[in-house]
Amino acid sequence: MSTVNPADGAQAVDRSPQKSRGAHRRWWLKPRFAISGSIVLLMILMAAFPQLFTGFGPGPTESCDILKSNQPPSAAHLFGIDIQGCDYYTNVIYGARASILVGIVVSAIAFGIAALVGAVAGYFGGWVDAVISRVCDMAFGLPFILAAIVVLQLFSERNVWTVIFALSLFAWPGGVRFMRSSVLEVRNREYVQASRLLGASNGRIIAKHIVPNAITPLLVLQTLGVGGMISAEAGLTFIGIGLTPPSVSWGLQLAAARDYIDAAPHLLLFPAVFLTITVLGFVLFGEAMRDEFDPKGK
Amino acid sequence: MLSPQTLPETATPDAAPLMEMRGVTRHYPVARSLPIGPRKVVKALDGVDLQVQQGKTLGIIGESGCGKSTMARVLSGLEKPTAGQVLFEGHDINALRGAERAQMRRNIQLIFQDPYASLNPRMTIEQILSEPFEIHPDIAKRGSRRANLGEMMELVGLNPDHLGRYPHNFSGGQQQRIGIARGIALNPKVLICDEAVSALDVSVRAQVVNLLDSLQRELGLSYVFIAHDLQIVRHISDSVATMYLGRVIETGSYAQVYDASAHPYTQALLSAAPELRQDPAHARQLIMLQGDPPSPIDPPSGCRFHTRCPVARPDCATSEPELDPVADGHRARCFYPGPISTELSQGD
Repeated sequence: MSTVNPADGAQAVDRSPQKSRGAHRRWWLKPRFAISGSIVLLMILMAAFPQLFTGFGPGPTESCDILKSNQPPSAAHLFGIDIQGCDYYTNVIYGARASILVGIVVSAIAFGIAALVGAVAGYFGGWVDAVISRVCDMAFGLPFILAAIVVLQLFSERNVWTVIFALSLFAWPGGVRFMRSSVLEVRNREYVQASRLLGASNGRIIAKHIVPNAITPLLVLQTLGVGGMISAEAGLTFIGIGLTPPSVSWGLQLAAARDYIDAAPHLLLFPAVFLTITVLGFVLFGEAMRDEFDPKGK
Repeated sequence: MLSPQTLPETATPDAAPLMEMRGVTRHYPVARSLPIGPRKVVKALDGVDLQVQQGKTLGIIGESGCGKSTMARVLSGLEKPTAGQVLFEGHDINALRGAERAQMRRNIQLIFQDPYASLNPRMTIEQILSEPFEIHPDIAKRGSRRANLGEMMELVGLNPDHLGRYPHNFSGGQQQRIGIARGIALNPKVLICDEAVSALDVSVRAQVVNLLDSLQRELGLSYVFIAHDLQIVRHISDSVATMYLGRVIETGSYAQVYDASAHPYTQALLSAAPELRQDPAHARQLIMLQGDPPSPIDPPSGCRFHTRCPVARPDCATSEPELDPVADGHRARCFYPGPISTELSQGD
């Protein structure tokens, strides 16, 4: 049916999509990705299956012997024994779960809220944007840690989910602003206008065109934020306002070790090292992602 | 889909136009420099009347900032006019809401200037071309869509095997063909090309113009062709409108506007194109205009062109001419239409 000559030169340039083309080739092999990615993967594995690392032995509060309290590291107990007489290595391994869970879940919640609310604010503009932006400004006015302390005070028994709830309440405004500004950039692109001319609904435009093209900076921001959330959890727990026993977490271990810093410095050392490495791993991973996806942000 | 529309055999200029702009005005507010005081506006379109005939091509020419792109946006319904009406088959396209509006929009599609920017970089060509059918599921059954997409690719001269590729895998000319395929997917009646070939290099430009030409013959499309390439407008257009500072100052068939220009601005604009000036059949004297076009925030009084017009007389500054007929189907917004005499322009 066509009177158009297909050999009209339209196929003169045939750029076949080779997997090896472009800047994203084998990015996961770059050292900073490989190293930080391994740390992140290791910590997630540790949080999900701590038994893998403790040789499927007794749990953190089992087979404790109060008579062996506060012993330094030895061949039988690599990280020594804590105040309760429990194996400290097992305790530190099991402590990863609380930190990783809080860090990832809070960031994921903030990511979800920011993606949705930021996209709505940026896309619709006008009074919708004004209301959302002012609410964000107000949430920004509250000091993050102080607000979390106030919320956590309302609970006498605090487990991981209480802490996640308190941190999530105030973790999203930065992401909303971020998402809003990248949506503003995408909103007036021509492919969005083309879709509107085809008769697409606002929901379809946001889901198919706006969010996929505006989400990457937010993803990087929230990955960078995981480390911050992990330290926030540890910090809150350390000052006695976060997790409470019988939870097991690095923050709780640090808080307990504080009183025995002369007699048993190893109790402070091991959770602190694990905490630092985890936070560092997530921050480096976020930065590697940022450099990969956003060359301007360097 | 993609069936030729029934073309009335008696498509004369007197027949009811397919699309019509009636007194269309589009003003953009300018940020105030002081918190109080009158709010100024950019008069991007200021009382435009135009008609698009079924199966014909209307070319729009004019220099940068004269309102051509605003006209494309208003015609396509992306923007609403501040005043006036845009009629499609006699209905105001901005008076409709919801589903009716979506149905109306199918008939008017826009081809953009930058082919790459008009394709979502995260979608494959298949996803891009499927979108019209996902939005309007009544047009093609789910099962036959894949075949439709292949047919569309062939229609615009692309290999159907490349449906799985991403826009960056294609050259500029191929990307513009994809944009055209998406534009004609819903079997529209009007295709508005806003500088659709400006971003392409010269050889590819000719191919895309030829593609548009053959699509018009096959599908009975009407085009509004906006371009600053005067030669291409001449090649593709049945009728031409010249714009200056948000107003249409001359309309007529392409022969009338190009070869018997009545408005001094049209003559100056056409004489500025070297390839038109060198056309031996229609020798043109280069008419140099002085200065830049005045600001559309505060256009001159009287005839908007009088500040730069080589034949302006005192009354041009006080009263404004209407778009008056100078010949059959040829109108110009000038008190003293007709060719500028060579002696006069040389005497300046």
